[in-house]
Amino acid sequence: MVSAAAPTAPPILATEGLGKRFGHFRALSGVSVAFPEGGITAIIGPNGAGKSTFFNLISGAFRPSEGRVLFRGRDITGAAPHHFARMGIAKSFQITNVFPHLTVRENVRVAAQARRVRFGFFRDRSAYPELAERAEILLGEVGLGARMDRLARELAHGEQRALEIAVALAAEPALLLLDEPTAGMSPEETREMMDLVQRLAETRTLILVEHKMKLVMGLCRRLVVLHQGQLLAEGGPDDIRAHPEVRRVYLGKTA
Amino acid sequence: MSAPVPGHALAQGTPLAAPRPGSGRTGRWLALASRHRVALTLAFLVVFPWVAPYQALAVNILVLGLYALGFNLLFGYTGLLSFGHAAFLGGGAYGCGIAIVHYGLHPVLALVAGTLLATFIAAAMGVLAIRTRGIYFAMTTLALSMCVYYAFYRAEAFTGGENGLRGINVPVLTLPGFLLDLLDPVVKYYAVLAVVGGAVWLFSRLLSSPFGAALKAIRENEGRAQACGYDVRRMKLVAFVISGALCGLAGALQAIHLSIVPIETMHYATSGQAVMMALLGGMGTFFGPFIGAATFSLLQDGLSTLTSHWQLFVGAIFIAFVLFLPLGIWGEVLARLRRAGW
Repeated sequence: MVSAAAPTAPPILATEGLGKRFGHFRALSGVSVAFPEGGITAIIGPNGAGKSTFFNLISGAFRPSEGRVLFRGRDITGAAPHHFARMGIAKSFQITNVFPHLTVRENVRVAAQARRVRFGFFRDRSAYPELAERAEILLGEVGLGARMDRLARELAHGEQRALEIAVALAAEPALLLLDEPTAGMSPEETREMMDLVQRLAETRTLILVEHKMKLVMGLCRRLVVLHQGQLLAEGGPDDIRAHPEVRRVYLGKTA
Repeated sequence: MSAPVPGHALAQGTPLAAPRPGSGRTGRWLALASRHRVALTLAFLVVFPWVAPYQALAVNILVLGLYALGFNLLFGYTGLLSFGHAAFLGGGAYGCGIAIVHYGLHPVLALVAGTLLATFIAAAMGVLAIRTRGIYFAMTTLALSMCVYYAFYRAEAFTGGENGLRGINVPVLTLPGFLLDLLDPVVKYYAVLAVVGGAVWLFSRLLSSPFGAALKAIRENEGRAQACGYDVRRMKLVAFVISGALCGLAGALQAIHLSIVPIETMHYATSGQAVMMALLGGMGTFFGPFIGAATFSLLQDGLSTLTSHWQLFVGAIFIAFVLFLPLGIWGEVLARLRRAGW
C-alpha cells in the first residue's frame, strides 16, 4: 500500500489491539494504528463506527478493555487524564467544554498555568505575567483577540469552540486531539474552523475525529476508517477514496 | 447569540450549586473594591461592633463569619457542597478547649492546637469523601461528620460528652508586653478580630494565587480542568483541608469566646448553618460569608426573643432566599452594581 506519510519517522501515537466493551457490547475491538508525527490524521467512519470510543481511549477519558496505547513508544494505557495533558497530549471535546463563568483570557491563562504552577498558594497570579501573555497570543491565533474580556458563556457557539482549542493549546501539546471540531457549526463557522485546523497543523500533530468525510479529504495527510468497531482501512486520501471496502460501506451511501 | 453550555452543572458534579453572579463586565469601581477586598472587609469589621446590637453578638458574628468563609472556600470557590463542616468547627473548638482545660496551654497555643486537630480531621474525612461527587459527596461528609460527632460524644473524659466541655476560662490573655482583659467585650472583639483579620488576609492571598485560580477552574468544569493537566482530586483534597483548617480556627475562637463547647457544635445542624450562612450572604463572594453570618445571627437573636419557634421563621426566610434571591444578599448587591456599570 502506498502511504503518503514517510515511514521513517517513528509514530507519535500508536495503538495495539485496542478494544473497549461496555457490558456485552463491543464498541471497539482489535484496532492497531500508528499515527505519524506532524500533519493531520482524520478518523472517519459512519455513525456508530466507534470513532468517539476510539477518541476517548487515545485521549485517556476511557480505560481500554484490551490492548495498549503508546505515546512516542511509551505505554500510557490507563494513565490518569491529567497525566495525558502533562505528557503533551491535549484534546478538545465534542460538546463545548470551557470554563463558562471565567473570562476568555482567564480560560486560557488557567490552562497555561497547569503546565507551570499547580500548587502555588501564596504568590499572586500576576507574578506569572508570561502566562497571561501566552493566553493573549493563543487567543489571537484562534481569532478571539477582541473578545478576551468577555465571559466564556457569552461567546457564540463557534467562538466557544475556538476558545476550547486555545485552552487545549495552552498546555503546549505535541499532539492535539479534536473530536468533531465542526459539530453544530454553520457553514461559515465550519470553514473558519477548518482554516484554523490547517494553520495549527503547520507546527503540531493533529488527530481529529470527523463525521463528514468530504470536509477532511482535502485537508489531511492520512485517514483512518473505522466501521462497526473495527479498523476498515488506513492510508492517504487517494488510497481511501479508491479502497473498495470503504466505498462500499461509507462512500456508497453518501455518493 | 450566546449558546447554552450543555449539561455543565452535571459535568461538574454539583447539581446543588446555586447560580453565580457573573454576567457582564466588572466596572472600574468594583474592580477597585475587589483589589482592596481585605482592607474593605477589615474596615467594615472594625466598625461593626458599634452598629451591632451588643458586642457579644458581634463576636459571635465574627466567629461565624470565619466559619462561613472557610466553608465558602469549598462551596463557593471549588464547587463542592459539604454537609460535614461541623466536624471542623467542633474539632477546632474541642481541640482548643481540651488544650486549655486539660493541659493548661496558653490560649494562643490552644488556638493552634484546635486548628491542627480540625486540619487532621479534615484530612481524614477528605481522603474518603473526595472520591465521591455531587449529592454523594454531601452525604459522605454528613455521615463522616456524624462519626466524628459520636467519637467526641463518647469520649466523655475529654470532651464532657453530653454536657459539653466546660471551664474554658480565659479572663485575661497574657501576651508578651501586655495583658488583654477578655471580660471586656470590646477588647475581646478586637482580639478575635486580630486573628480573623489574619485569616481573611491569608484567604485573599489564597484566592489570588495560582492555586485559587485552579480551584475556580475546577468549580467551573472539572473535566476540562483535568484535561488541562490539573490533578483534580488532589487539589480538591487540599482545598478541603484548608477549608477545614479555617473552620477549625473559627471553632477554636468560639471555644474561648463562649468558654464552653456544647456538643451541638459538632451536630449536623451546625453543618447546615454553614450552608445557610454561605447562601444567605452569597456563595463565592469574598464578603458574603460575613453578611450571611450577621444575617443569620441577627435573625436568630431577634426572633428567639419573640418566639421559641424561631427556627421555623429562619427556615422560611432561608427558603425565600433560595427561591427569590439565589445569589444571596451580597451576591445580589454585586450583581446589581455590575449591571449598573460600576
